[in-house]
Amino acid sequence: MSEKHWKSVVSQSVCDYFFEAQEKAADVENVPPVISTPHHYLISIYRDKLFFVSVIQTEVPPLFVIEFLHRVADTFQDYFGECSEAAIKDNVVIVYELLEEMLDNGFPLATESNILKELIKPPTILRSVVNSITGSSNVGDTLPTGQLSNIPWRRAGVKYTNNEAYFDVVEEIDAIIDKSGSTVFAEIQGVIDACIKLSGMPDLSLSFMNPRLLDDVSFHPCIRFKRWESERVLSFIPPDGNFRLISYRVSSQNLVAIPVYVKHSISFKENSSCGRFDITIGPKQNMGKTIEGITVTVHMPKVVLNMNLTPTQGSYTFDPVTKVLTWDVGKITPQKLPSLKGLVNLQSGAPKPEENPSLNIQFKIQQLAISGLKVNRLDMYGEKYKPFKGVKYVTKAGKFQVRT
Amino acid sequence: MTDSKYFTTTKKGEIFELKAELNSDKKEKKKEAVKKVIASMTVGKDVSALFPDVVNCMQTDNLELKKLVYLYLMNYAKSQPDMAIMAVNTFVKDCEDPNPLIRALAVRTMGCIRVDKITEYLCEPLRKCLKDEDPYVRKTAAVCVAKLHDINAQLVEDQGFLDTLKDLISDSNPMVVANAVAALSEIAESHPSSNLLDLNPQSINKLLTALNECTECGQIFILDCLANYTPKDDREAQSICERVTPRLSHANSAVVLSAVKVLMKFMEMLSKDLDYYGTLLKKLAPPLVTLLSAEPELQYVALRNINLIVQKRPEVLKHEMKVFFVKYNDPIYVKLEKLDIMIRLASQANIAQVLAELKEYATEVDVDFVRKAVRAIGRCAIKVEQSAERCVSTLLDLIQTKVNYVVQEAIVVIKDIFRKYPNKYESVIATLCENLDSLDEPEARAAMIWIVGEYAERIDNADELLESFLEGFHDESTQVQLQLLTAIVKLFLKKPTETQELVQQVLSLATQDSDNPDLRDRGYIYWRLLSTDPVAAKEVVLAEKPLISEETDLIEPTLLDELICYIGTLASVYHKPPSAFVEGGRGVVHKSLPPRTASSESTESPETAPAGAPPGEQLDAVPTQGDLLGDLLNLDLGPPVSGPPLAASAVQMGAVDLLGGGLDSLMGDEPEGIGAPSFVAPPAAAVPANLGAPMGSGLSDLFDLTSGVGTLSGSYVAPKAVWLPAMKAKGLEISGTFTRQAGTISMDLQLTNKALQVMTDFAIQFNRNSFGLAPAAPLQVHAPLSPTQTVEISLPLSTAGSVMKTEPLNSLQVAVKNNIDVFYFSTLYPLHILFVEDGKMDRQMFLATWKDIPNENEAQFQIRDCPLNAEAVSSRLQSSNIFTVARRNVEGQDMLYQSLKLTNGIWVLAELRIQPGNPSFTLSLKCRAPEVSQHVYQAYETILKN
Repeated sequence: MSEKHWKSVVSQSVCDYFFEAQEKAADVENVPPVISTPHHYLISIYRDKLFFVSVIQTEVPPLFVIEFLHRVADTFQDYFGECSEAAIKDNVVIVYELLEEMLDNGFPLATESNILKELIKPPTILRSVVNSITGSSNVGDTLPTGQLSNIPWRRAGVKYTNNEAYFDVVEEIDAIIDKSGSTVFAEIQGVIDACIKLSGMPDLSLSFMNPRLLDDVSFHPCIRFKRWESERVLSFIPPDGNFRLISYRVSSQNLVAIPVYVKHSISFKENSSCGRFDITIGPKQNMGKTIEGITVTVHMPKVVLNMNLTPTQGSYTFDPVTKVLTWDVGKITPQKLPSLKGLVNLQSGAPKPEENPSLNIQFKIQQLAISGLKVNRLDMYGEKYKPFKGVKYVTKAGKFQVRT
Repeated sequence: MTDSKYFTTTKKGEIFELKAELNSDKKEKKKEAVKKVIASMTVGKDVSALFPDVVNCMQTDNLELKKLVYLYLMNYAKSQPDMAIMAVNTFVKDCEDPNPLIRALAVRTMGCIRVDKITEYLCEPLRKCLKDEDPYVRKTAAVCVAKLHDINAQLVEDQGFLDTLKDLISDSNPMVVANAVAALSEIAESHPSSNLLDLNPQSINKLLTALNECTECGQIFILDCLANYTPKDDREAQSICERVTPRLSHANSAVVLSAVKVLMKFMEMLSKDLDYYGTLLKKLAPPLVTLLSAEPELQYVALRNINLIVQKRPEVLKHEMKVFFVKYNDPIYVKLEKLDIMIRLASQANIAQVLAELKEYATEVDVDFVRKAVRAIGRCAIKVEQSAERCVSTLLDLIQTKVNYVVQEAIVVIKDIFRKYPNKYESVIATLCENLDSLDEPEARAAMIWIVGEYAERIDNADELLESFLEGFHDESTQVQLQLLTAIVKLFLKKPTETQELVQQVLSLATQDSDNPDLRDRGYIYWRLLSTDPVAAKEVVLAEKPLISEETDLIEPTLLDELICYIGTLASVYHKPPSAFVEGGRGVVHKSLPPRTASSESTESPETAPAGAPPGEQLDAVPTQGDLLGDLLNLDLGPPVSGPPLAASAVQMGAVDLLGGGLDSLMGDEPEGIGAPSFVAPPAAAVPANLGAPMGSGLSDLFDLTSGVGTLSGSYVAPKAVWLPAMKAKGLEISGTFTRQAGTISMDLQLTNKALQVMTDFAIQFNRNSFGLAPAAPLQVHAPLSPTQTVEISLPLSTAGSVMKTEPLNSLQVAVKNNIDVFYFSTLYPLHILFVEDGKMDRQMFLATWKDIPNENEAQFQIRDCPLNAEAVSSRLQSSNIFTVARRNVEGQDMLYQSLKLTNGIWVLAELRIQPGNPSFTLSLKCRAPEVSQHVYQAYETILKN
């Protein structure tokens, strides 16, 4: 446990309330995000097996706090490559310096990693060697230039020899499919992540073939909202490096294609301590692309002792403690559909389970945005050089569940 | 080469070693030592002993070292205030440093050192930094003002920092603006009266401009600040909304929710016919839905807020039902919230989908969730009538699963469905009866017993079923016992011949073998009912039951409106206003939605505005028992208690508190009571003690009775009404009325003992009320009240009690105690008991006052169907202390100008227009406290019509 106080110092003992709640919740993920104690409120997030807890004394928007905590976790991730206990311990001084820069008197100061990186340099092996020889430190001693300009997200004086701008259109399908195979609920959560390494102050505009798809969008602050409203063009001066340009949601169900189907038959016999398990996966609307990286996870009922299955392809594991069945399928080849069938051993004497397990499916389709979104062109103004440009599409399963 | 090595030193003498290293000449070594110190600090180790040594390292040109030392200072300065002064010089010097980063660092750290002695040294450097040429320093300094204000508010005001801060709102740099707004709103929050952010259209415009440019946290502060502003008309509200809507597309969910708050609040001012209103509604839905795809913690907060929004404006999300469908791996807290919202959105259009989902959930693993899902099905049935049938069949399907807790929940909700739709689904009773044995939870057992009792005539073996429950009567919980008692009595009334034995058995079990007073009382009541008059018993027990209401868990509208103003804050997560849980000390401003004032209508004459509420409504205003109890309990508990107080202990506290006075005077009965008040004196002596009434009123009161009706005769007395029915007060029935006779207000009470035991030790207490009514003497019931006896008491009242405005104005909450329990009830008193005898105003005075009171305070009412002429009206009103000052005849209409005065000195002026031959009068009232007009009008009505 590590602590940092901004206003008055709060005794560590408030955390006891948190630990209590944590013990009460069966699963770490079920710890309620807002806990009230007699004098404080504890707002927590759970990320990468770590809890980030903040203690609050007055009325504040909790979303604000939660967002901030996530931002802190993101920053650690960004700085140390991973957000883990070890990473935080190894870099405790940097962590402290970062927190100090990010928040003042409860007000967030700089949360853009671009700015932070100028103030406090991320650790690298090379730098720590250099530091130990020359005695210099990883604290920047000049004021970051971008911090105060009207475009706080970009630092000045960026220089690259290869100027490149890459965009990743990533779409995740969230869906609930019912027993009979019909779609209960489906939507697409899409994001466009950008990796921009351009010198100077480039002013970009990105246009789409079918911008009308995007009716529910959240933008990075750099995007000029007015241009989007009037012309449906994303116009912006980008931050330097990696960032999320927009996220969007496509919800009207006729636009959401479901690329796979699952045939399943899971049954438990009354009083016989065994059951049958049989699932088959096949492609549905995949627009002619290969579906790969398929994984099926199933939380089996508690009374299941073991499973004895045969996959036609890939490999499966069953964890008898957590009762999680994982089947790593791989690619679908339409000629021979992958299936997994066999017997389920139940605890003898126990009543047959009431609940039917849901199947959680992961997959990936390269070179396809399932919503049909397509980038038309990228133009750059304000700088003279010609950048390399590229767009990649990928579709993945988000929370894709099949009820049985 | 990692920092984790700093954590590993745990050997003895560590502090000593660090001390040596800190004082080392080598820069490198010093820095390492400071790092070790910081590492110890982060894990909560006390390294304050090193304070002087660390402070010595402060004067360095190494920025990293300086930062670390500053970090240390912030943590420990408070514990070493004297030492901290050593650091002041360096701070002052650093504030002049050419590097803005160091200036800002110094000013930031300075504010974090919460030591009183230091603060005064900091004023000068802070003033300079507030005007610094570099915006980075200015914005840091702005925050510092808020910090300083927290430590020493007076100092900040004296030094004029607040004005400087206000100037920063117009700074050229948006970041500075954002921080200035943040600092100001924090200060304003802790000092609600300071009126710091006096928002006007110009400053709002400035904020809106800054909104587009500043960082996300700045945007949140600006939006929260905007939400506190009340636009002057709908046009302004619309233009602000237009400029705020783009924020809905922001990537930061806190910004989105703050924007939603502003929009929800200002929408209140927009007319629903406006095109823009519709557009706005459409724009609100997508961002709310998007919040649900974020991390689960954000989802939770978003869902709690959506729950409020859906209650306020269900139309926003009515098409978005599907996004609230539960995924099996959602955390439980998200699942439960989603379920709640699904039910709120359920309508005829989507009920099929919802039911299919709910049925799915009912087979999940998590027991709590399954239970809630089953309940939800029942709630759907009650909410959407067309779906009731499907819901019932779904529930039956679930009962077939035989999963214990599912069956039990289903039975509980089916009971509610029976209550809502009587005589419709009784065919399912047979199925329910099959599952009788599996019920082991009290609620389910009680529900099942209720069903059996209610439909005893349709269940052939009802007596057998109930008998089987009776075997273990004493092991059941009270809930089940009570239900069983009632059910068997019902059965007996329906099938008297076969079940006589059973009813005898249960009555004796309840009255003789049970220690539970509730059960015993109920048993006795039934017993007496059955033995005295079985027909009446039938009417009482088998009476038509009121239908249960559709939604019981809705948030009360006024609270909802207040909570809407707190969207995105903790209040919205807890669904409680901040005053209910924020720690005392800090004042909390009560927020409310702006009233709907269309610019075009506001100029119209106020005639339409104060339309009198129909008299029937006043009954609704009487708070229910539950509310009342809460109110009374809140009386003197001081600052709001955070967290739900334990009900049981609170009841006791409240009771003691309430009757403290009453109990004291009761003690006087016993001779050994030390310092007993003058209670021993004969009752008549208690009357002159009435503080509010003129001297000797007690005597004149006596004469008055003998001399009959003279000029002194009192005002109109309403017939006694039942205030506290016997069934709510364990057999004590109280009815009463209010009178005013020769300047004395009294409460005429009639106490009837309808219980089986003798009642003694009566005492009465009032809650604080609008006009300070309080008993002027203790409640005197001379002899113990034996069963069926009735006693009449006149309780003199004074108006010298403590005053607290009540809603409605004339409600009075009363606690009556006897040897059995404390009972609470509430009643409305007619305002004319407060009209004083010297309420006649001089003519000139009347004229001047009439003109003086602003026209907005005038209220007009119609008194219909009153056949009296002007003389009769005038004399009748006079007997209730409404005096006619002047009378004029204008165009055949009689105009009566009248005045009256309330006990608290408020004058009410009236103009009564009477057209001969027309039984409707027009009454115009003018008063400096316009809220009494409505009640004065009601007094007029009562007096003239009786």
